Amino acid sequence: MRNIFCETMVKHSDDSNFIFLTGDLGYMALEPLQKAAGPRFINAGVSEQNMISVAAGLASQGLSPWAYSIAPFIYARPLEQVRNDVCIHDLPVKLVGNGGGYGYGVMGASHHAIDDYGILLTLLNMHVFVPAFRADVPPIVERLIKLEHPSYLRLGKDEQPKNFELPPYASWRHLLKGDGPTLLIVGPLAGEILNGFKELPPSDRPSVWVLTELPIVHHHLPAAFKADLERSNHLVVAEEHVAHGGVGEMLSRILLLAGEAPKKFSHYCAQGYVSGFYGSQNFHRKESNLTAETILKELKK
Amino acid sequence: MAFKETLLKSKKRLLQMHFESGVGHIGGNLSCLDILMVLHHQIMNQDDQFILSKGHSAGALYITLWSMNKLKDEDLKLFHKEPTKLSGHPAPKWREEIIFATGSLGHGFSLASGLALAKRFKNKPGRVFCLTSDGEWQEGSNWEALIFAHHQKLDSLTLIVDANGLQGFGSTKEVASMDSLTEKFKSFGIPVEEIDGHDLNAIEKALSQNTKGLRAIIAHTTKGKGVSFMENKMEWHYLPLKEPEYQLAIQELDKS
Repeated sequence: MRNIFCETMVKHSDDSNFIFLTGDLGYMALEPLQKAAGPRFINAGVSEQNMISVAAGLASQGLSPWAYSIAPFIYARPLEQVRNDVCIHDLPVKLVGNGGGYGYGVMGASHHAIDDYGILLTLLNMHVFVPAFRADVPPIVERLIKLEHPSYLRLGKDEQPKNFELPPYASWRHLLKGDGPTLLIVGPLAGEILNGFKELPPSDRPSVWVLTELPIVHHHLPAAFKADLERSNHLVVAEEHVAHGGVGEMLSRILLLAGEAPKKFSHYCAQGYVSGFYGSQNFHRKESNLTAETILKELKK
Repeated sequence: MAFKETLLKSKKRLLQMHFESGVGHIGGNLSCLDILMVLHHQIMNQDDQFILSKGHSAGALYITLWSMNKLKDEDLKLFHKEPTKLSGHPAPKWREEIIFATGSLGHGFSLASGLALAKRFKNKPGRVFCLTSDGEWQEGSNWEALIFAHHQKLDSLTLIVDANGLQGFGSTKEVASMDSLTEKFKSFGIPVEEIDGHDLNAIEKALSQNTKGLRAIIAHTTKGKGVSFMENKMEWHYLPLKEPEYQLAIQELDKS
């Protein structure tokens, strides 16, 4: 998704308020933006804490700063700067983290972001965007530009199945009809799971939804999702994020408060490093049972 | 009223505010009040911006704003009370003079760098001043900011260090010595001027210089300046004033 992100940024870079800061990352990806934005593309160096506060300073003066890095370096390293300088002041700084979840695979745990949106959504005024497919990036960037609050864009890899037609972009989308449980997937993991489900007959598969914007607010739950949940009475949430602070926790709380909790709830989420070994993104997904095969097998029990 | 009289009145008002509120952080407020007063009364204009990185000196900033008729006595009565905007460290989104809420050390200089960069991009006039403490330079983020501000040639930015030599649990020399901060700044290629942070002429002269490029001013100050029993005493980082101490402090200031 990094390339489509860069292409989209280039289109917006002629806005005189546009400023792009990178923590010395983006080699072989962001050069077109560097060229297009000129002096408004700033390599802030390997100094994420400073970069976030500088972005806050810029935003306080009406500029529109984006701050980019590998995901954990944009939210975990400078967390206090995000909290105090950006979120407490409700400034429209746009944090961009590349490689959400286990995206950096065998690069190791330091480069993984399996606790990112949970941590960030504990902060005041924060909004999170987790594009699921390449095509989601441009409309999400449009929303980010208009948003007058802090935001975090979690970029992953595009896993849209071949010959699968996506519905137009929306924060909640019904991707696949099915007679089974109501399965809500967060972000790009949807592609991987769709791949395993799309050829199955509707009677043998869950009803698959994808969610790309957080936090979840009860009155924004689509009526069709609520109706689907009422039908299945079984909510399944799959996300490449740890349980704490994840969408499973968020959504179950909202449904419980509203008295709309389904009879059954299943949660598939990042389990950390189960075997203690490291591998590709898919290796870690498998260890966390975040595959279509495992989910299907378990749901059939 | 002559500036010196305004300054004396402000020091007394600072002590009154702390006494009435029963809260500490007086020592660090007295170490930087001369600098804040000269900066706001004699140097800054409407295009200039200020960041108080040592947010625990909020009291000195409130008093400075009071001395400029931007805060009233009724406001100061709410210092450390509730509900209040005059919290122990500056609150966000409240007054245009307080662009950022601070309190956790090591943020202000980066924020000020962002403001200076914004002036460049928006082609706006004015200078940006940032006051840090000396102990605060133990925060790694400040060094990130120093590298960035120098590399980006943030010409409008002036860094002021309130070097009172005392920090939270000891002297800066004992805790984690940075001697000499001047040499360290210079090694980054940044011009540094050392001044007596209580010499009003020296402060005014150092802050008036608006030469091209980032500048640092290390202001050697005394924690608790002007009140003999507070000067260079660790405890006055924290202690509130009792009635006899308050009366004695006022008498000393009157005699100064």
